[in-house]
Amino acid sequence: MPQVFHRSMNTISRVSSVGLVLVIGGLLYFCWAVNQSPYYTRAKLQLEQPVPFSHKHHTMDDGIDCRYCHTSVETSSFAGLPSTETCMTCHSQIWTNSVMLQPVRASYATGQSLEWARVNALPEFVYFNHSIHVKKGIGCTTCHGELGDMPITWKQNTLYMRWCIDCHKHPQEYVRPREDVFLPVYNPPKNQAELGKKLVAEYKIHSWTRCDTCHR
Amino acid sequence: MNDSNNEMPASNLVQIGPKPVAEQRFWRSLDELEQTPAFQKGMKYEFPEGRVPKALTGQGGLTRRDILKLMGASAGLAGVTACTKLPPEKIVPYVRQPEEFVPGIPVFFATAMPLGGVGRGMLVESHMGRPTKVEGNPGHPSSLGSMDLFGQASVLTLYDPDRSQVPSHYGHVGSWEEFIAELGDHLAAERSTGGTGLRILTGAITSPTLADQIQGLLKDFPHANWHQYEPCGRDSVREGSRIAFGEYTNSVYRLNKADVVLSLDSDFMFAEPGGIRYARDFADRRRMPDPNATTNRLYVAESTPSITGSLADHRLQVRSCDVEALARAIAAAVGLAGAGSANAPAGVSADWITGVANDLKAHRGSSLVVAGDVQPPAVHALAHAMNEALGNAGQTVIYTAPVEANPTDETRSLKELVAAMDSGQVRTLIVMGVNPVYSSPADVPFLAAMQKVNFRVHLGLFHDETSAQCHWQIPEAHYLEAWGDLRSYDGTVSVVQPLIAPLYGGKSALEMVAILRGQTGASGHDMVRDYWQNQAPAAHLPVGTSGFEDFWETSLNNGWIEGTAYPARAGGAKAGANPAAGSPAPEGLELVLRPSPSVWDGCLASNAWLQELPQPFSKLTWDNALLMSPGNGIRLGLKQADVVKVRVDGREIAAPVFILPGQAANSLTLHLGYGRTVGAGLGTNVGANAYEIRTSDAPWIIAGVSVVKTADTHHLVTTQNSHLIEQQGHYVADEESESAFDRRVMRVASIDEFRRNPDFAADPPEMNTQAQSLYPPYDYSKGYQWGMSIDLNTCIGCNACVVACYAENNIAVVGKDEVDNGRDMQWIRVDTYYRGDIDDPEMYNEVVLCMHCENAPCEYVCPVGATMHNDEGLNLMIYNRCVGTRYCSNNCPYKVRRFNFKLYSDWTTPSLFPLRNPDVTVRSRGVMEKCSYCIQRIREAEINTERDGTTIKDGQVQTACQQTCPTQAIVFGDIRDPNSRVSQLKAQTRQYALLRELNVRPRTTYLARLRNPNPEIKG
Repeated sequence: MPQVFHRSMNTISRVSSVGLVLVIGGLLYFCWAVNQSPYYTRAKLQLEQPVPFSHKHHTMDDGIDCRYCHTSVETSSFAGLPSTETCMTCHSQIWTNSVMLQPVRASYATGQSLEWARVNALPEFVYFNHSIHVKKGIGCTTCHGELGDMPITWKQNTLYMRWCIDCHKHPQEYVRPREDVFLPVYNPPKNQAELGKKLVAEYKIHSWTRCDTCHR
Repeated sequence: MNDSNNEMPASNLVQIGPKPVAEQRFWRSLDELEQTPAFQKGMKYEFPEGRVPKALTGQGGLTRRDILKLMGASAGLAGVTACTKLPPEKIVPYVRQPEEFVPGIPVFFATAMPLGGVGRGMLVESHMGRPTKVEGNPGHPSSLGSMDLFGQASVLTLYDPDRSQVPSHYGHVGSWEEFIAELGDHLAAERSTGGTGLRILTGAITSPTLADQIQGLLKDFPHANWHQYEPCGRDSVREGSRIAFGEYTNSVYRLNKADVVLSLDSDFMFAEPGGIRYARDFADRRRMPDPNATTNRLYVAESTPSITGSLADHRLQVRSCDVEALARAIAAAVGLAGAGSANAPAGVSADWITGVANDLKAHRGSSLVVAGDVQPPAVHALAHAMNEALGNAGQTVIYTAPVEANPTDETRSLKELVAAMDSGQVRTLIVMGVNPVYSSPADVPFLAAMQKVNFRVHLGLFHDETSAQCHWQIPEAHYLEAWGDLRSYDGTVSVVQPLIAPLYGGKSALEMVAILRGQTGASGHDMVRDYWQNQAPAAHLPVGTSGFEDFWETSLNNGWIEGTAYPARAGGAKAGANPAAGSPAPEGLELVLRPSPSVWDGCLASNAWLQELPQPFSKLTWDNALLMSPGNGIRLGLKQADVVKVRVDGREIAAPVFILPGQAANSLTLHLGYGRTVGAGLGTNVGANAYEIRTSDAPWIIAGVSVVKTADTHHLVTTQNSHLIEQQGHYVADEESESAFDRRVMRVASIDEFRRNPDFAADPPEMNTQAQSLYPPYDYSKGYQWGMSIDLNTCIGCNACVVACYAENNIAVVGKDEVDNGRDMQWIRVDTYYRGDIDDPEMYNEVVLCMHCENAPCEYVCPVGATMHNDEGLNLMIYNRCVGTRYCSNNCPYKVRRFNFKLYSDWTTPSLFPLRNPDVTVRSRGVMEKCSYCIQRIREAEINTERDGTTIKDGQVQTACQQTCPTQAIVFGDIRDPNSRVSQLKAQTRQYALLRELNVRPRTTYLARLRNPNPEIKG
């Protein structure tokens, strides 16, 4: 009786059974990698903006406080974006002929708002509140990255749920004294482990991970 | 409540043997009473069989393989579509940020909404300049913080995509300048003749400023005329007061002072300008915190079940045309001279008359007789005379100047206008805010007469039946877009302040009149301000303030003008002013027309929230129907949904029949407001137009009608058989024995029974299976523990909570067909329970929403953890996790979960985007949803208090349904705090949990209903 399969089938079947595992694994890895990549998360991507605004320059060189522009960060869910008028408080006096600032002056003159590309966005079923985080000692840079070091603003973190939950589960690793919340560059002290525990107790941080904390 | 066969067996539940099925004493529909197959299927299946698409039932040739294929494809597609990237977004700041505008924090403005011309004070929530939600104004006497469904629904009308958006000229897009030019020509011609050909038609006007402007216009054009016509107006109320007092007089009831109330066909808690306040005052006397508390007693004589009638202790079913005879008989029995014959109408027992009369007499000064708006003037005059004779005047009712700026006989006013138009006297007609082509009585040929007018202008929110006949249609500004002022039921004036600039450049009536006066460009704001500046504002100044600016700011901030409520008028009803008894009401069928409990007189017909609302009792949606008693149905050989022709005096109207228990024999009811043909958006061609059979001399009660059956049937959709809770419980002890018991879904006792047995509503102790659970318990001993109590003794079933929930929680409208499939999306529903005789049942309301079970059955079955529990006792629904298995709703004993079978939320109509509450996710297809106890409000309060280092105070978090409830029947709060209102209510002995035997431990509990019958009245 002749062989049904040629001898080479032995090799082919061995290779393909191992290969199948590798291919499926590879595909899964590929999906995961795409999911984590800046292509998908837009983290660390520098978006095109009407004005190349530098947080580094304004906070570090000029020493402007975050709250000068993001006025509602301590009272509202939304930190607030400065109106053109806010920009013009200074820029009607300095850099008045700068080409870069032409869109700002145009906006002020015409009454048409500037349209910024949104850097940090959450899906519509997620409800984040700035004011409570700030009050509980979570600094701007904890989520937004070292803004004092960003010549143009990018999204520092994925803003994935896993990333949120990590901090909600271990707030002691991230909390800082309230007076340091608005520092544009912050390096945790060496005693963060014990300071964190103390602040979590002092600020009554709940470490909530129940769904309705963010979803409703 | 003491009948033993309804109580739970005393033995351990698991050990009970077979017992006879307890008599089911409550029923929700005739289908349930007869246990029709349709009902039983509706009970058994979540989505009743026959309504489910055939392909899904397995009967449409769908095999196991097909299902596997479909499942595979769905899973694959779901996986693919889940991989969407967040779209790039723009973020757009202000150029100049307005003061006090903080993005993310809503601002509330006080304003007022007109209905039938009369104002109701409200606070409107504004997110970034977009009004999204209406609440009552706690300081305003007409609302005390509550709101009715009309107010709640008004935000949807603001954003209605079917609103008139441009001035239109003969149906073509016109421009404002063209209109002004053309109007100017006609006005110039009128000016030369003193306005002999100029006529203005409005609805009832209470606005002092608008009335002042119109009076000014009438000075400019001395021969012009101002006509008022309100389709569901109060002509007979006014005429009755004129008979009794010699001049038009407004009655303001003080229901909190009334121990005994007799309603003569009056739905005073709903269909009157003061309804919201009356409901609160009435309910405040019904709270019965303990058996020894006192309560009031309500007698209602009416022809159709009404919201007020559902709370009656004695409800008499009587034809509306017999109410006058009944009123005379009661008046004679209370000793009123000259009331006419003491013969009660046939079918009314003598002890009802004497019982009511004796009760009224025993409560001199603390009783009240209220006549309904649909009753003729004679009944109103009799009610005034009775209140006078009983010493109630000045106590439970006070009389004030009329709230209308220029009270008039509106029907006569309309007829005069039509006569003038018909004779060619009218050359320019300006119609503002009303739709007379649709809503004129059939014997007033408005449409034909208006064709003889040279120049016709219509100012309205919609391009409707009237504007289709006008040369110009001018978009009207919604009340949330315009300045104005309004009087409420007691005369209190509110300044109407806009929350948003007119979306479509609409003009208010005030601005229109200014244009007619040649003041083009005059702003409503200036007119209102100037008017009040001339009204000696010093008299209305709050304490400690001075000057007009203070007055203006305070009035705007409060939402009312201090000291504008009318003082009580001295002097009572004239003695002997009772009208002579007319001929007795004819035998046979009567037809009663009433404003719709959903869309009022038709002006709200375009509002999809209101159209989809299950109407009280019938639970009809997207339709009106000829309501008929079961007895009449049998006598006339008619079934539900048969189309009949109702004929009287050569007029006829076709309408489908709805058999409604509680309807008086030989009385048919048809709601006005349906059958719109032009410009009512989704409400166009919905239902039958009852105006076609209405006449000016019988606007409400039409006697001597005949009914002719046609071969047609109409597809009526009611939610009566949807979301049913099984009233009969079953215990299976072992394979051979099964026992049934009454779950007592609705619990009712008389006051006497309650006093004898304060624990009548309690379940037997063995039902308290708190310790038994397979799952580890949550720790409920710390933090906030949210819970709700609903007092069935004060719930009037008015639907305000349902519409409030629509607005607060972005609930979608699904349309008639999907409601028919059992897929309505309302998170809160009002179940009606009947008890007793099918021809004369008692009626009860029960509001059902998510119970937030501590042992929630839905949570255990969700395969993806999309419905979760939290340590505050909330049952959470996480939309973004939901994959739509629907296991949870399958497992919900209360049937309060709603599934987005299709993409019900409107994601495409731009005008609806700003309507949405930004704090609540807009749900998409394939997602389950349900009541969240307004978790967005809880979170907001929690964050605010955490930030301030305080704790949430009792009453700081109100759910939308609680906040709007006119009777405050719904109370929400922290049940761990023993001093909270909800804890105290839950500690009352009337408390009971729905389906406690399931051990799901609902956080929402009820307070049982009480009745306070008069022992003198039998049966």
